[in-house]
Amino acid sequence: MNEVKHTYGFWDVVKSLVSGLRLTWRHFKNAKNRRTPEYVTDENYFNQPDGLVTLTYPYEAIPVPDNGRYRLHNEIDDCIVCDLCAKVCPVNCITIESVKATEEIGVTSDGTKKRLYAPVFDIDMAKCCYCGLCTTVCPTDCLTMTPVYDFAEVDIKNMIYHFTDLTPEQAEEKKQLLAKQQEEMAAAKAAALAARKLI
Amino acid sequence: MLAFVLTLVLLLLIVIVLAYAERKVAAFMQDRLGPTEAGPYGSLQSVLDVLKLLQKEDIVPAAADKSLFKLAPILIFAAVFAGFAVIPFTPDLVPAGIGIGVFYLLAIISLDVVGLLMAGWGSNNKYAMLGAMRSVAQIVSYEIPAGLAILSVVMVCQSLDFQEISYQQGVLMQIFPGLEYEANWLFGIEALGLETTNIGGITTWNIFRAPILLVAFVIYFIASLAESNRAPFDIPEAESELVAGFHVEYSGFRFAILFLAEYSMMVLVSLVAVILFLGSWNTPLPNIGPLQLANWTTGTIGELSSILWGGFWLLSKTFVLLFLQLQIRWTYPRLRVDQLMHLCWKVLTPIALGIVLLAGIWRLLMI
Repeated sequence: MNEVKHTYGFWDVVKSLVSGLRLTWRHFKNAKNRRTPEYVTDENYFNQPDGLVTLTYPYEAIPVPDNGRYRLHNEIDDCIVCDLCAKVCPVNCITIESVKATEEIGVTSDGTKKRLYAPVFDIDMAKCCYCGLCTTVCPTDCLTMTPVYDFAEVDIKNMIYHFTDLTPEQAEEKKQLLAKQQEEMAAAKAAALAARKLI
Repeated sequence: MLAFVLTLVLLLLIVIVLAYAERKVAAFMQDRLGPTEAGPYGSLQSVLDVLKLLQKEDIVPAAADKSLFKLAPILIFAAVFAGFAVIPFTPDLVPAGIGIGVFYLLAIISLDVVGLLMAGWGSNNKYAMLGAMRSVAQIVSYEIPAGLAILSVVMVCQSLDFQEISYQQGVLMQIFPGLEYEANWLFGIEALGLETTNIGGITTWNIFRAPILLVAFVIYFIASLAESNRAPFDIPEAESELVAGFHVEYSGFRFAILFLAEYSMMVLVSLVAVILFLGSWNTPLPNIGPLQLANWTTGTIGELSSILWGGFWLLSKTFVLLFLQLQIRWTYPRLRVDQLMHLCWKVLTPIALGIVLLAGIWRLLMI
Protein backbone atom coordinates (compact mmCIF):
# COMPACT_ATOMS: atom_id res chain seq x y z
CA MET A 1 0.00 0.00 0.00
CA ASN A 2 1.29 3.40 -0.93
CA GLU A 3 0.72 5.96 1.73
CA VAL A 4 -1.45 8.81 0.45
CA LYS A 5 0.68 11.92 0.47
CA HIS A 6 -1.19 15.11 1.27
CA THR A 7 0.22 18.23 -0.26
CA TYR A 8 -0.88 21.71 0.58
CA GLY A 9 1.54 23.96 -1.28
CA PHE A 10 0.28 26.58 -3.73
CA TRP A 11 1.58 24.78 -6.81
CA ASP A 12 0.27 21.44 -5.59
CA VAL A 13 -3.19 22.96 -5.31
CA VAL A 14 -2.92 24.55 -8.75
CA LYS A 15 -1.73 21.23 -10.14
CA SER A 16 -4.67 19.36 -8.66
CA LEU A 17 -7.13 22.00 -9.91
CA VAL A 18 -5.68 21.74 -13.42
CA SER A 19 -5.73 17.97 -13.35
CA GLY A 20 -9.41 18.14 -12.40
CA LEU A 21 -10.14 20.38 -15.37
CA ARG A 22 -8.16 18.07 -17.64
CA LEU A 23 -10.22 15.12 -16.47
CA THR A 24 -13.56 16.75 -17.33
CA TRP A 25 -12.12 18.10 -20.59
CA ARG A 26 -11.02 14.60 -21.59
CA HIS A 27 -14.52 13.27 -21.01
CA PHE A 28 -16.00 16.21 -22.92
CA LYS A 29 -13.61 15.60 -25.82
CA ASN A 30 -14.41 11.89 -25.95
CA ALA A 31 -18.15 12.59 -25.99
CA LYS A 32 -18.15 11.95 -29.75
CA ASN A 33 -17.70 8.24 -29.02
CA ARG A 34 -20.81 6.32 -28.13
CA ARG A 35 -21.35 3.01 -26.45
CA THR A 36 -22.77 0.50 -28.89
CA PRO A 37 -25.48 -1.95 -27.89
CA GLU A 38 -23.35 -5.09 -27.80
CA TYR A 39 -24.44 -8.54 -26.74
CA VAL A 40 -22.93 -9.65 -23.43
CA THR A 41 -20.73 -12.28 -25.07
CA ASP A 42 -19.28 -9.70 -27.48
CA GLU A 43 -15.63 -9.07 -26.75
CA ASN A 44 -16.26 -5.32 -26.84
CA TYR A 45 -18.90 -5.55 -24.10
CA PHE A 46 -16.51 -4.64 -21.30
CA ASN A 47 -14.08 -2.89 -23.61
CA GLN A 48 -15.63 0.50 -24.29
CA PRO A 49 -13.30 2.67 -22.25
CA ASP A 50 -14.35 6.17 -23.29
CA GLY A 51 -17.27 8.09 -24.66
CA LEU A 52 -20.91 8.27 -23.66
CA VAL A 53 -22.21 5.22 -21.86
CA THR A 54 -25.95 5.82 -22.05
CA LEU A 55 -28.11 4.40 -24.80
CA THR A 56 -31.20 6.17 -26.10
CA TYR A 57 -33.24 3.40 -24.54
CA PRO A 58 -36.47 2.95 -26.42
CA TYR A 59 -34.51 3.28 -29.68
CA GLU A 60 -31.44 1.30 -28.65
CA ALA A 61 -31.14 -1.42 -26.03
CA ILE A 62 -28.53 -3.92 -24.96
CA PRO A 63 -29.69 -7.32 -26.26
CA VAL A 64 -30.85 -9.63 -23.47
CA PRO A 65 -29.27 -13.08 -23.00
CA ASP A 66 -30.99 -16.04 -24.66
CA ASN A 67 -31.55 -17.76 -21.33
CA GLY A 68 -32.87 -14.57 -19.72
CA ARG A 69 -36.23 -14.88 -17.94
CA TYR A 70 -38.67 -12.17 -18.97
CA ARG A 71 -42.27 -12.11 -20.23
CA LEU A 72 -43.97 -15.47 -20.70
CA HIS A 73 -45.58 -16.48 -23.93
CA ASN A 74 -47.79 -19.47 -24.60
CA GLU A 75 -48.11 -20.79 -28.12
CA ILE A 76 -51.68 -22.00 -27.72
CA ASP A 77 -51.60 -24.03 -30.94
CA ASP A 78 -48.96 -26.26 -29.37
CA CYS A 79 -50.54 -26.41 -25.92
CA ILE A 80 -52.12 -29.70 -24.83
CA VAL A 81 -53.69 -28.05 -21.75
CA CYS A 82 -51.97 -30.51 -19.41
CA ASP A 83 -52.12 -28.01 -16.51
CA LEU A 84 -48.57 -28.88 -15.41
CA CYS A 85 -47.46 -25.25 -15.54
CA ALA A 86 -50.34 -24.13 -13.33
CA LYS A 87 -49.53 -26.88 -10.83
CA VAL A 88 -45.83 -26.13 -10.62
CA CYS A 89 -46.21 -22.36 -10.43
CA PRO A 90 -45.08 -21.25 -6.95
CA VAL A 91 -47.18 -18.07 -7.01
CA ASN A 92 -50.24 -19.48 -8.76
CA CYS A 93 -50.19 -16.92 -11.51
CA ILE A 94 -51.42 -19.30 -14.21
CA THR A 95 -55.15 -20.05 -14.42
CA ILE A 96 -56.29 -22.79 -16.75
CA GLU A 97 -59.75 -24.18 -17.40
CA SER A 98 -60.05 -27.14 -19.67
CA VAL A 99 -62.90 -28.62 -21.65
CA LYS A 100 -62.59 -32.07 -23.08
CA ALA A 101 -63.00 -32.20 -26.80
CA THR A 102 -65.57 -34.47 -28.33
CA GLU A 103 -63.07 -35.65 -30.88
CA GLU A 104 -59.35 -35.24 -31.46
CA ILE A 105 -58.60 -31.53 -32.18
CA GLY A 106 -55.29 -31.99 -33.91
CA VAL A 107 -51.63 -32.46 -33.24
CA THR A 108 -49.01 -30.08 -31.87
CA SER A 109 -45.88 -29.30 -33.83
CA ASP A 110 -43.99 -32.06 -31.98
CA GLY A 111 -46.67 -34.63 -32.82
CA THR A 112 -48.54 -34.84 -29.53
CA LYS A 113 -52.29 -35.25 -29.89
CA LYS A 114 -54.49 -32.48 -28.50
CA ARG A 115 -57.62 -33.61 -26.71
CA LEU A 116 -58.51 -30.61 -24.56
CA TYR A 117 -59.75 -27.12 -25.26
CA ALA A 118 -58.60 -24.25 -23.03
CA PRO A 119 -61.41 -21.72 -22.69
CA VAL A 120 -59.27 -19.96 -20.06
CA PHE A 121 -55.48 -19.76 -20.18
CA ASP A 122 -54.51 -16.66 -18.22
CA ILE A 123 -51.10 -15.71 -16.93
CA ASP A 124 -51.01 -12.84 -14.44
CA MET A 125 -47.62 -11.25 -15.20
CA ALA A 126 -48.04 -8.97 -12.19
CA LYS A 127 -47.86 -12.02 -9.96
CA CYS A 128 -45.24 -13.89 -11.97
CA CYS A 129 -41.90 -14.30 -10.15
CA TYR A 130 -39.99 -15.23 -13.31
CA CYS A 131 -38.67 -18.48 -11.89
CA GLY A 132 -39.15 -20.24 -15.20
CA LEU A 133 -40.39 -23.52 -13.66
CA CYS A 134 -43.45 -23.56 -15.93
CA THR A 135 -41.26 -23.48 -19.01
CA THR A 136 -39.18 -26.43 -17.79
CA VAL A 137 -42.17 -28.65 -17.02
CA CYS A 138 -44.01 -27.84 -20.25
CA PRO A 139 -44.04 -31.15 -22.18
CA THR A 140 -44.54 -29.58 -25.60
CA ASP A 141 -42.30 -26.52 -25.02
CA CYS A 142 -45.16 -24.23 -25.90
CA LEU A 143 -44.70 -22.02 -22.81
CA THR A 144 -41.54 -19.95 -23.22
CA MET A 145 -39.79 -16.89 -21.85
CA THR A 146 -39.47 -14.10 -24.44
CA PRO A 147 -36.82 -11.34 -24.44
CA VAL A 148 -39.52 -8.70 -23.81
CA TYR A 149 -39.04 -6.97 -20.46
CA ASP A 150 -40.60 -3.57 -21.01
CA PHE A 151 -44.32 -4.24 -20.65
CA ALA A 152 -45.48 -1.96 -17.87
CA GLU A 153 -49.19 -1.13 -17.94
CA VAL A 154 -51.26 1.72 -16.60
CA ASP A 155 -54.11 -0.59 -15.56
CA ILE A 156 -53.02 -3.65 -13.61
CA LYS A 157 -55.80 -5.69 -15.24
CA ASN A 158 -53.84 -5.47 -18.45
CA MET A 159 -51.03 -7.41 -16.79
CA ILE A 160 -53.17 -10.52 -17.09
CA TYR A 161 -52.40 -12.08 -20.43
CA HIS A 162 -55.10 -14.16 -22.11
CA PHE A 163 -53.73 -16.87 -24.35
CA THR A 164 -56.89 -18.77 -25.23
CA ASP A 165 -57.83 -19.04 -28.88
CA LEU A 166 -61.51 -19.59 -28.16
CA THR A 167 -64.09 -16.87 -27.94
CA PRO A 168 -66.55 -17.22 -25.01
CA GLU A 169 -69.24 -18.29 -27.48
CA GLN A 170 -67.01 -20.97 -28.95
CA ALA A 171 -66.09 -22.15 -25.44
CA GLU A 172 -69.77 -22.37 -24.54
CA GLU A 173 -70.44 -24.29 -27.73
CA LYS A 174 -67.64 -26.74 -26.94
CA LYS A 175 -68.98 -27.18 -23.40
CA GLN A 176 -72.45 -27.91 -24.74
CA LEU A 177 -71.04 -30.32 -27.28
CA LEU A 178 -69.24 -32.14 -24.49
CA ALA A 179 -72.32 -32.13 -22.27
CA LYS A 180 -74.39 -33.42 -25.17
CA GLN A 181 -71.86 -36.14 -25.89
CA GLN A 182 -71.74 -37.13 -22.27
CA GLU A 183 -75.52 -37.13 -22.10
CA GLU A 184 -75.64 -39.33 -25.16
CA MET A 185 -73.01 -41.59 -23.68
CA ALA A 186 -74.88 -41.72 -20.39
CA ALA A 187 -78.09 -42.43 -22.24
CA ALA A 188 -76.37 -45.12 -24.27
CA LYS A 189 -74.88 -46.53 -21.08
CA ALA A 190 -78.26 -46.48 -19.37
CA ALA A 191 -79.82 -48.10 -22.41
CA ALA A 192 -77.12 -50.75 -22.42
CA LEU A 193 -77.65 -51.31 -18.68
CA ALA A 194 -81.38 -51.54 -19.14
CA ALA A 195 -80.87 -53.95 -22.02
CA ARG A 196 -78.54 -56.07 -19.89
CA LYS A 197 -81.15 -56.12 -17.05
CA LEU A 198 -83.80 -57.30 -19.45
CA ILE A 199 -81.72 -60.25 -20.47
CA MET B 1 -35.54 51.98 -26.64
CA LEU B 2 -34.22 50.08 -29.65
CA ALA B 3 -31.08 49.22 -27.70
CA PHE B 4 -33.25 47.93 -24.86
CA VAL B 5 -35.18 45.59 -27.13
CA LEU B 6 -32.07 44.45 -29.00
CA THR B 7 -30.17 43.75 -25.79
CA LEU B 8 -33.11 41.89 -24.30
CA VAL B 9 -33.53 39.71 -27.40
CA LEU B 10 -29.81 39.05 -27.60
CA LEU B 11 -29.72 38.20 -23.91
CA LEU B 12 -32.67 35.82 -24.20
CA LEU B 13 -31.01 34.07 -27.13
CA ILE B 14 -27.71 33.73 -25.28
CA VAL B 15 -29.43 32.47 -22.14
CA ILE B 16 -31.39 29.86 -24.08
CA VAL B 17 -28.22 28.68 -25.81
CA LEU B 18 -26.44 28.69 -22.46
CA ALA B 19 -29.14 26.69 -20.69
CA TYR B 20 -28.98 24.09 -23.47
CA ALA B 21 -25.16 24.12 -23.41
CA GLU B 22 -25.17 23.70 -19.65
CA ARG B 23 -27.18 20.50 -19.89
CA LYS B 24 -25.24 19.14 -22.84
CA VAL B 25 -21.81 20.01 -21.40
CA ALA B 26 -22.80 18.53 -18.05
CA ALA B 27 -23.98 15.38 -19.78
CA PHE B 28 -20.88 15.01 -21.92
CA MET B 29 -18.56 15.52 -18.96
CA GLN B 30 -20.44 12.84 -17.08
CA ASP B 31 -20.48 10.47 -20.06
CA ARG B 32 -24.20 10.92 -20.61
CA LEU B 33 -26.19 12.02 -23.64
CA GLY B 34 -28.16 14.95 -22.27
CA PRO B 35 -31.37 16.09 -23.96
CA THR B 36 -31.99 14.18 -27.17
CA GLU B 37 -35.73 14.24 -27.74
CA ALA B 38 -36.83 17.82 -28.44
CA GLY B 39 -35.56 18.91 -31.83
CA PRO B 40 -32.30 17.75 -33.42
CA TYR B 41 -29.94 16.68 -30.62
CA GLY B 42 -32.43 18.08 -28.11
CA SER B 43 -31.68 21.64 -29.19
CA LEU B 44 -35.24 22.85 -28.54
CA GLN B 45 -35.14 21.58 -24.96
CA SER B 46 -34.53 24.92 -23.28
CA VAL B 47 -37.15 26.67 -25.45
CA LEU B 48 -39.67 24.05 -24.39
CA ASP B 49 -38.57 24.42 -20.75
CA VAL B 50 -39.33 28.12 -20.94
CA LEU B 51 -42.72 27.46 -22.56
CA LYS B 52 -43.50 24.95 -19.83
CA LEU B 53 -42.58 27.45 -17.11
CA LEU B 54 -44.79 30.12 -18.68
CA GLN B 55 -47.79 27.79 -18.61
CA LYS B 56 -47.40 26.87 -14.96
CA GLU B 57 -49.45 28.32 -12.16
CA ASP B 58 -47.97 31.30 -10.37
CA ILE B 59 -48.12 30.14 -6.77
CA VAL B 60 -47.74 32.66 -3.96
CA PRO B 61 -47.48 30.89 -0.59
CA ALA B 62 -50.23 31.85 1.86
CA ALA B 63 -47.73 32.79 4.57
CA ALA B 64 -45.44 34.75 2.25
CA ASP B 65 -44.92 38.46 2.44
CA LYS B 66 -46.82 38.96 -0.78
CA SER B 67 -45.53 42.29 -1.98
CA LEU B 68 -41.86 41.42 -1.32
CA PHE B 69 -42.35 37.98 -2.80
CA LYS B 70 -43.86 39.35 -5.99
CA LEU B 71 -41.45 42.21 -6.42
CA ALA B 72 -38.22 40.30 -5.79
CA PRO B 73 -37.83 38.51 -9.19
CA ILE B 74 -38.48 41.76 -11.04
CA LEU B 75 -35.91 43.62 -8.95
CA ILE B 76 -33.30 40.87 -9.37
CA PHE B 77 -33.70 40.71 -13.12
CA ALA B 78 -33.90 44.49 -13.49
CA ALA B 79 -30.66 44.89 -11.53
CA VAL B 80 -28.80 42.39 -13.67
CA PHE B 81 -30.32 43.59 -16.93
CA ALA B 82 -29.52 47.22 -16.12
CA GLY B 83 -25.88 46.17 -16.03
CA PHE B 84 -26.02 45.35 -19.73
CA ALA B 85 -26.74 48.98 -20.53
CA VAL B 86 -23.07 49.98 -20.41
CA ILE B 87 -21.64 46.93 -22.18
CA PRO B 88 -20.08 47.88 -25.55
CA PHE B 89 -21.02 45.18 -28.05
CA THR B 90 -19.11 46.55 -31.04
CA PRO B 91 -16.77 49.52 -31.66
CA ASP B 92 -19.73 51.82 -32.17
CA LEU B 93 -22.63 50.11 -30.47
CA VAL B 94 -23.18 50.75 -26.78
CA PRO B 95 -26.71 50.82 -25.33
CA ALA B 96 -25.69 53.68 -23.00
CA GLY B 97 -22.18 55.03 -23.44
CA ILE B 98 -21.79 56.77 -20.12
CA GLY B 99 -18.36 57.81 -18.93
CA ILE B 100 -18.53 56.11 -15.55
CA GLY B 101 -19.76 52.75 -16.87
CA VAL B 102 -17.57 50.59 -14.61
CA PHE B 103 -18.72 52.38 -11.48
CA TYR B 104 -22.34 52.24 -12.60
CA LEU B 105 -22.08 48.52 -13.31
CA LEU B 106 -20.62 47.69 -9.90
CA ALA B 107 -23.28 49.79 -8.21
CA ILE B 108 -26.26 48.41 -10.11
CA ILE B 109 -25.12 44.80 -9.73
CA SER B 110 -25.05 45.29 -5.96
CA LEU B 111 -28.79 45.95 -6.09
CA ASP B 112 -29.16 42.26 -6.94
CA VAL B 113 -28.39 41.47 -3.29
CA VAL B 114 -31.46 43.39 -2.11
CA GLY B 115 -33.64 41.38 -4.48
CA LEU B 116 -32.18 38.11 -3.25
CA LEU B 117 -32.83 39.03 0.37
CA MET B 118 -36.39 40.09 -0.52
CA ALA B 119 -37.01 36.77 -2.22
CA GLY B 120 -35.60 34.78 0.68
CA TRP B 121 -37.38 36.77 3.38
CA GLY B 122 -40.64 37.12 1.50
CA SER B 123 -40.91 33.38 0.87
CA ASN B 124 -41.29 32.74 4.62
CA ASN B 125 -39.44 29.47 4.19
CA LYS B 126 -36.42 28.43 6.21
CA TYR B 127 -34.54 27.06 3.20
CA ALA B 128 -35.19 30.17 1.17
CA MET B 129 -34.12 32.35 4.09
CA LEU B 130 -30.91 30.39 4.66
CA GLY B 131 -30.18 30.38 0.95
CA ALA B 132 -30.75 34.11 0.67
CA MET B 133 -28.58 34.86 3.69
CA ARG B 134 -25.75 32.73 2.40
CA SER B 135 -26.15 34.26 -1.03
CA VAL B 136 -26.03 37.80 0.27
CA ALA B 137 -23.06 37.09 2.56
CA GLN B 138 -21.24 35.54 -0.36
CA ILE B 139 -22.00 38.23 -2.91
CA VAL B 140 -21.18 41.09 -0.56
CA SER B 141 -17.88 39.44 0.38
CA TYR B 142 -16.81 38.61 -3.13
CA GLU B 143 -17.61 42.06 -4.43
CA ILE B 144 -14.50 43.24 -2.65
CA PRO B 145 -11.85 41.16 -4.47
CA ALA B 146 -13.82 41.58 -7.70
CA GLY B 147 -13.99 45.33 -7.16
CA LEU B 148 -10.27 45.51 -6.38
CA ALA B 149 -9.42 43.50 -9.49
CA ILE B 150 -11.56 45.85 -11.57
CA LEU B 151 -9.95 48.80 -9.83
CA SER B 152 -6.51 47.65 -10.95
CA VAL B 153 -7.77 47.62 -14.56
CA VAL B 154 -9.23 51.08 -14.12
CA MET B 155 -5.87 52.27 -12.79
CA VAL B 156 -3.98 50.83 -15.73
CA CYS B 157 -6.50 52.15 -18.27
CA GLN B 158 -7.12 55.46 -16.48
CA SER B 159 -10.78 55.30 -17.44
CA LEU B 160 -14.16 54.24 -16.09
CA ASP B 161 -15.64 54.07 -19.59
CA PHE B 162 -16.02 50.54 -20.92
CA GLN B 163 -15.79 51.75 -24.50
CA GLU B 164 -12.55 53.65 -23.86
CA ILE B 165 -11.08 50.60 -22.11
CA SER B 166 -12.13 48.55 -25.14
CA TYR B 167 -10.49 50.92 -27.63
CA GLN B 168 -7.25 50.91 -25.63
CA GLN B 169 -6.90 47.18 -26.16
CA GLY B 170 -6.62 47.09 -29.94
CA VAL B 171 -5.37 48.60 -33.17
CA LEU B 172 -8.19 51.15 -33.23
CA MET B 173 -6.92 52.92 -30.11
CA GLN B 174 -5.96 56.21 -31.70
CA ILE B 175 -9.39 56.57 -33.33
CA PHE B 176 -11.03 57.07 -29.95
CA PRO B 177 -11.40 60.77 -29.10
CA GLY B 178 -8.90 61.66 -26.41
CA LEU B 179 -6.53 58.78 -27.12
CA GLU B 180 -5.04 60.19 -30.37
CA TYR B 181 -1.53 60.52 -28.96
CA GLU B 182 -1.54 57.46 -26.74
CA ALA B 183 0.62 54.47 -27.60
CA ASN B 184 0.74 50.84 -26.52
CA TRP B 185 4.08 49.29 -25.63
CA LEU B 186 4.92 45.62 -25.26
CA PHE B 187 3.96 44.59 -21.71
CA GLY B 188 3.15 48.27 -21.23
CA ILE B 189 6.82 49.06 -20.56
CA GLU B 190 7.90 51.98 -22.71
CA ALA B 191 11.56 51.35 -21.81
CA LEU B 192 11.50 48.10 -23.85
CA GLY B 193 11.02 50.28 -26.91
CA LEU B 194 8.65 47.90 -28.72
CA GLU B 195 5.54 49.78 -29.79
CA THR B 196 2.48 47.58 -30.24
CA THR B 197 -0.05 50.31 -31.08
CA ASN B 198 -0.30 49.13 -34.67
CA ILE B 199 0.36 45.47 -33.97
CA GLY B 200 -2.80 45.09 -31.95
CA GLY B 201 -4.28 41.66 -31.43
CA ILE B 202 -3.47 39.82 -28.25
CA THR B 203 -0.41 42.01 -27.58
CA THR B 204 -2.64 44.94 -26.64
CA TRP B 205 -5.11 43.04 -24.49
CA ASN B 206 -5.03 44.20 -20.89
CA ILE B 207 -3.65 40.91 -19.62
CA PHE B 208 -0.72 41.39 -22.05
CA ARG B 209 -0.42 45.17 -21.84
CA ALA B 210 0.07 44.89 -18.07
CA PRO B 211 0.76 41.21 -17.29
CA ILE B 212 0.03 41.85 -13.63
CA LEU B 213 -3.62 42.01 -14.71
CA LEU B 214 -3.45 38.30 -15.50
CA VAL B 215 -3.50 37.69 -11.75
CA ALA B 216 -6.27 40.28 -11.42
CA PHE B 217 -8.18 38.38 -14.12
CA VAL B 218 -7.92 35.10 -12.19
CA ILE B 219 -9.10 36.84 -9.01
CA TYR B 220 -11.96 38.50 -10.87
CA PHE B 221 -12.97 35.23 -12.50
CA ILE B 222 -13.06 33.37 -9.17
CA ALA B 223 -14.99 36.20 -7.56
CA SER B 224 -17.40 36.38 -10.48
CA LEU B 225 -18.19 32.69 -10.05
CA ALA B 226 -19.14 33.45 -6.47
CA GLU B 227 -21.13 36.53 -7.46
CA SER B 228 -23.24 34.59 -9.92
CA ASN B 229 -23.69 31.78 -7.35
CA ARG B 230 -22.01 29.23 -9.58
CA ALA B 231 -20.28 26.07 -8.45
CA PRO B 232 -17.94 25.65 -6.62
CA PHE B 233 -19.43 28.63 -4.78
CA ASP B 234 -23.06 27.52 -5.02
CA ILE B 235 -23.80 27.10 -1.32
CA PRO B 236 -26.71 29.58 -1.60
CA GLU B 237 -28.62 27.02 -3.64
CA ALA B 238 -26.84 23.85 -2.62
CA GLU B 239 -29.38 21.34 -3.90
CA SER B 240 -28.43 18.66 -1.40
CA GLU B 241 -28.93 20.84 1.67
CA LEU B 242 -31.18 23.78 0.81
CA VAL B 243 -33.52 22.28 -1.82
CA ALA B 244 -33.03 25.21 -4.21
CA GLY B 245 -31.97 28.15 -2.09
CA PHE B 246 -33.79 31.45 -2.20
CA HIS B 247 -36.05 30.55 -5.13
CA VAL B 248 -37.50 27.38 -3.60
CA GLU B 249 -41.01 28.85 -3.32
CA TYR B 250 -41.13 30.33 -6.80
CA SER B 251 -42.92 28.77 -9.74
CA GLY B 252 -44.05 29.60 -13.22
CA PHE B 253 -43.18 32.95 -14.71
CA ARG B 254 -41.50 34.30 -11.59
CA PHE B 255 -39.20 31.29 -11.45
CA ALA B 256 -38.44 31.76 -15.14
CA ILE B 257 -37.42 35.35 -14.39
CA LEU B 258 -35.16 34.27 -11.53
CA PHE B 259 -33.62 31.62 -13.74
CA LEU B 260 -33.12 34.17 -16.48
CA ALA B 261 -31.53 36.59 -14.01
CA GLU B 262 -29.14 33.91 -12.80
CA TYR B 263 -27.98 33.05 -16.29
CA SER B 264 -27.88 36.73 -17.28
CA MET B 265 -25.57 37.29 -14.34
CA MET B 266 -23.25 34.59 -15.69
CA VAL B 267 -23.26 36.23 -19.10
CA LEU B 268 -22.75 39.69 -17.64
CA VAL B 269 -19.77 38.78 -15.46
CA SER B 270 -18.19 36.96 -18.40
CA LEU B 271 -18.77 39.96 -20.67
CA VAL B 272 -17.17 42.26 -18.10
CA ALA B 273 -14.21 39.89 -17.75
CA VAL B 274 -13.78 39.89 -21.53
CA ILE B 275 -14.05 43.65 -21.82
CA LEU B 276 -11.75 44.47 -18.93
CA PHE B 277 -9.09 41.81 -19.37
CA LEU B 278 -9.39 39.93 -22.64
CA GLY B 279 -9.43 42.68 -25.22
CA SER B 280 -13.18 43.36 -25.41
CA TRP B 281 -14.38 43.23 -29.03
CA ASN B 282 -10.82 43.38 -30.36
CA THR B 283 -9.41 40.57 -32.43
CA PRO B 284 -6.83 38.26 -30.84
CA LEU B 285 -4.83 38.14 -34.10
CA PRO B 286 -1.91 40.60 -34.26
CA ASN B 287 -0.55 42.36 -37.34
CA ILE B 288 2.69 40.57 -38.25
CA GLY B 289 4.64 42.47 -40.91
CA PRO B 290 2.70 42.31 -44.18
CA LEU B 291 0.13 39.95 -42.64
CA GLN B 292 -2.32 42.60 -41.40
CA LEU B 293 -4.36 39.99 -39.49
CA ALA B 294 -5.58 42.45 -36.90
CA ASN B 295 -6.77 44.97 -39.48
CA TRP B 296 -8.43 42.27 -41.59
CA THR B 297 -10.32 40.86 -38.64
CA THR B 298 -11.40 44.20 -37.20
CA GLY B 299 -13.31 45.73 -40.07
CA THR B 300 -13.86 49.39 -40.79
CA ILE B 301 -15.37 51.59 -38.12
CA GLY B 302 -18.89 52.70 -38.93
CA GLU B 303 -19.46 49.90 -41.41
CA LEU B 304 -21.19 46.57 -41.05
CA SER B 305 -17.85 44.73 -41.05
CA SER B 306 -16.73 46.26 -37.77
CA ILE B 307 -20.08 45.47 -36.15
CA LEU B 308 -19.94 41.86 -37.28
CA TRP B 309 -16.28 41.34 -36.35
CA GLY B 310 -16.68 43.15 -33.03
CA GLY B 311 -19.77 41.20 -32.06
CA PHE B 312 -18.18 37.96 -33.19
CA TRP B 313 -15.01 38.39 -31.13
CA LEU B 314 -16.84 39.66 -28.05
CA LEU B 315 -19.36 36.84 -28.06
CA SER B 316 -16.88 34.09 -28.87
CA LYS B 317 -14.57 35.17 -26.05
CA THR B 318 -17.57 35.36 -23.74
CA PHE B 319 -18.65 31.88 -24.71
CA VAL B 320 -15.16 30.56 -23.97
CA LEU B 321 -15.42 31.99 -20.46
CA LEU B 322 -18.97 30.68 -20.07
CA PHE B 323 -17.77 27.25 -21.11
CA LEU B 324 -15.05 27.50 -18.49
CA GLN B 325 -17.71 28.36 -15.90
CA LEU B 326 -19.70 25.28 -16.89
CA GLN B 327 -16.61 23.08 -16.85
CA ILE B 328 -15.66 24.34 -13.40
CA ARG B 329 -19.14 23.62 -12.19
CA TRP B 330 -18.89 20.00 -13.25
CA THR B 331 -15.31 19.59 -12.04
CA TYR B 332 -14.96 20.98 -8.55
CA PRO B 333 -16.84 20.10 -5.37
CA ARG B 334 -18.70 22.77 -3.43
CA LEU B 335 -16.81 24.80 -0.84
CA ARG B 336 -17.88 24.90 2.78
CA VAL B 337 -19.01 28.26 4.17
CA ASP B 338 -15.82 28.69 6.22
CA GLN B 339 -13.64 27.73 3.24
CA LEU B 340 -15.57 30.18 1.11
CA MET B 341 -15.01 33.06 3.51
CA HIS B 342 -11.39 32.02 4.07
CA LEU B 343 -10.75 32.12 0.32
CA CYS B 344 -12.40 35.51 -0.02
CA TRP B 345 -11.06 37.43 2.96
CA LYS B 346 -7.71 35.77 3.64
CA VAL B 347 -6.56 34.85 0.15
CA LEU B 348 -8.24 36.81 -2.62
CA THR B 349 -8.62 40.18 -0.89
CA PRO B 350 -4.94 40.50 0.24
CA ILE B 351 -3.70 39.40 -3.19
CA ALA B 352 -6.09 41.83 -4.88
CA LEU B 353 -4.83 44.65 -2.67
CA GLY B 354 -1.28 43.77 -3.68
CA ILE B 355 -2.34 43.73 -7.33
CA VAL B 356 -3.85 47.20 -7.01
CA LEU B 357 -0.51 48.47 -5.70
CA LEU B 358 1.46 46.70 -8.42
CA ALA B 359 -0.96 47.92 -11.10
CA GLY B 360 -0.32 51.48 -9.92
CA ILE B 361 3.43 50.93 -10.20
CA TRP B 362 2.98 49.32 -13.61
CA ARG B 363 1.01 52.34 -14.75
CA LEU B 364 4.03 54.48 -13.90
CA LEU B 365 6.13 52.31 -16.23
CA MET B 366 3.61 52.82 -19.04
CA ILE B 367 4.05 56.58 -19.30
